[in-house]
Amino acid sequence: MPPKLCQLCNETRAVLKRPKTGQHICRECFYYVFETEIHNTIMEAKLFSPGDRVAIGASGGKDSTVLAYVMKVLNERYNYGLDLHLLSIDEGIRGYRDDSLETVKRNQQQYDMPLKILSYEELYGWSMDRIVEQVGRKNNCTFCGVFRRQALDRGAANIGVDHILTGHNADDIAETVLMNIMRGDIARLGRCTLITTQGEDTIKRSKPFKYVYEKEIVMYAYFKKLDYFSTECIYSPDAYRGHARTFLKDLEASRPSAIIDIIHSGEAFEVRQEVKAKAKAQTTCKRCGYMSSNELCKACSLLEGLERGMGGLAVVRGRCRGLESGRR
Amino acid sequence: MSTVSLKVEFSGGLELLFNNQRQIKLDLPAQADASEGRPADVRYLIHWLKDNRLKERPELFVENGTVRPGILVLINDTDWELEGEEEYVLENGDDIVFISTLHGG
Repeated sequence: MPPKLCQLCNETRAVLKRPKTGQHICRECFYYVFETEIHNTIMEAKLFSPGDRVAIGASGGKDSTVLAYVMKVLNERYNYGLDLHLLSIDEGIRGYRDDSLETVKRNQQQYDMPLKILSYEELYGWSMDRIVEQVGRKNNCTFCGVFRRQALDRGAANIGVDHILTGHNADDIAETVLMNIMRGDIARLGRCTLITTQGEDTIKRSKPFKYVYEKEIVMYAYFKKLDYFSTECIYSPDAYRGHARTFLKDLEASRPSAIIDIIHSGEAFEVRQEVKAKAKAQTTCKRCGYMSSNELCKACSLLEGLERGMGGLAVVRGRCRGLESGRR
Repeated sequence: MSTVSLKVEFSGGLELLFNNQRQIKLDLPAQADASEGRPADVRYLIHWLKDNRLKERPELFVENGTVRPGILVLINDTDWELEGEEEYVLENGDDIVFISTLHGG
């Protein structure tokens, strides 16, 4: 087969078929469109102002590694004037997170960004390894998800940042749209396609990769030889998300635009006012002060369950409070 | 019988299914099917890898006779979608890369 020329520059050999458009493009044009589309997403959503201190939630995986690299490139190319930080959460999973944190530490050097690592152990008094010992492998992902969300907020407060960027990509968001439909979770369905979310008292979170296909993130990392870590978490992954993911990948194989189409469907939903009204009012957790729709926030009610199981580990309560002084 | 020499790489977590090897060198028979004279193509390579090198969970590598959706394939650093995918006929010195996108980010 004769080599195909890039359909953008018509000069160089194409190396990639873009899933979003079907175009055949060369390496340099790929870098250009990949970075420029993210820049356009950032500008359209007015994500930043000059002087903003912004943290990139960094796991050492492909998405956050590419995000850190691209944010550095764009910040310099377009003079965003951002003060960029890396923020990592150590869930305390031996043989998984300790290895991926080594990658983040290398990224810190490679991208010349300050790095803050916060552990579940120091925040909650429990590592995921110990939680799994106690609760088994059934609901462990629930604990991890709830704890990570708060941990990122606390880490951000700790380093004086009020905006966190996460590496969620178009595939992740399409998956979440499908899951929220299948679960009938209307409140989340309305929120999950937003590029930026902000609770009353929490820190702003944004997804600059909202429209970026996973395939292109992986290809970008491959061509740029970026250093990332890829191992499945040793604890059983979220099975429900796994089904949604397989389904989405099958759809993408027969029609690549499926991913962006599902995101557009999610964005187009309009939630009726009477449905919205059913959502609970926000208050603050009586135990730790984090925003919550119940007396206790999700993390604290999970912690209370854990502590009861351990015959009362009240020390955690003090630790949890103590950290609040570091928040805004 | 003539053979084709290949370099095959696994990444993105796929290496875990292949005894943690990130790179292997292979000499594959140049004919996938001696009686029919069908040349060795990427489809043949995928099956050969599954039968000869894959150590665990074959369903994470192969599905419906090809790689599972979500695994990217590069042929000499080019997206296999530009090279005919499974139909690409292997040549001496080819470098084939399999990257899983299915692992967390």
